Amino acid sequence: MHETDVTASKIHIFEKTKTLSWELKGGVLELALHHPPCNEIGMAMLEDLEQFVEALRAAEKDAGALIVYSLQEAGFSAGADLRELYKAAAGLTTTQRVAGVRAFLERIHSVLNAIDASPLTTIAAVHGVTFGGGFELALACDIIIADKMARFCFPELRLGLIPGFGGIPRLRRDIGNAVMRDILFTGRSINVSKAMAAGLVSQVAAEGEVLRLARATAAQVCKFDRTTSGAAKRFIKPLPHEELRREIDLFCELVARPAVMEGLRKFVENTGAHPYLP
Amino acid sequence: MRTLEQTTDELLGLAAEYFKIPREELTATDDFYKKLKIDSLRALELITRLEHHFGVELPDYEVQGVTDFRTLASRIQSRL
Repeated sequence: MHETDVTASKIHIFEKTKTLSWELKGGVLELALHHPPCNEIGMAMLEDLEQFVEALRAAEKDAGALIVYSLQEAGFSAGADLRELYKAAAGLTTTQRVAGVRAFLERIHSVLNAIDASPLTTIAAVHGVTFGGGFELALACDIIIADKMARFCFPELRLGLIPGFGGIPRLRRDIGNAVMRDILFTGRSINVSKAMAAGLVSQVAAEGEVLRLARATAAQVCKFDRTTSGAAKRFIKPLPHEELRREIDLFCELVARPAVMEGLRKFVENTGAHPYLP
Repeated sequence: MRTLEQTTDELLGLAAEYFKIPREELTATDDFYKKLKIDSLRALELITRLEHHFGVELPDYEVQGVTDFRTLASRIQSRL
């Protein structure tokens, strides 16, 4: 048994917040997202994620793996809460809007950077809609295991924006530039076959089996010495700090434009059947 | 190589199976949003299943403005 054999740990912790719950058991930390309708990331989830990150850091000596998954049927996460963003921004001056957006981005980047750089091996077990900020949360993880019906998308250009939660630097870290250009410039969603061919997805699960596969993978990674795994991870996957900062700056430049508020207004007011299609 | 009629017929069969509607109730000119009672999330699910079945990629912008089964089938056909 390794000196740092976390699987033998008898530590059991369970916490539940409004939008998330997490459990540490047998050396594996599991984070469940459960914010209807589809884990939209607004202030409530941001605050809960910040609380989770404290737990993640505290769990470093007792856990070898983190699994992030969703309890919402529609999917892993539909991304940023655009309705909340529009409502919050509607009465503000441009300067106030940009300042508010920057403050939010700094905080969500801090959360995703903590997950990205965690010494735990992190696994995103995704299903259904994995869009925008949800896609960015998955990209912060080391391994993506996807349900056969999962779809990935960066729809931000449809609103005159770019991904703002670190998606571009992380996508660039993982896949070829040509595929990245396709995904970003068309704003189209891609299926698991395409995502796997691009190198984004490691394993495909039959419908309903993604969490089981993620748990089997977590059990496997936990067999190995944690000090070595952590060192290897820091070597393989350094955080692209400079690019992440530049992404925030570019996002804030773009969000200042009136066209963005107009795009958000159209999205929010769309009651048709097609808001998830371009 | 499938003809468009064959692709359309196959598509109608798949939609009936996935959304548990009797096949005889679906026709090629039906509005699939209304007939299948689906929203855009479930439309994405339909697209995903069709992609897997036909072995094609069907970019969502190809489906923009498409509401009937026959036109959807023609989008698939052009990628076979």
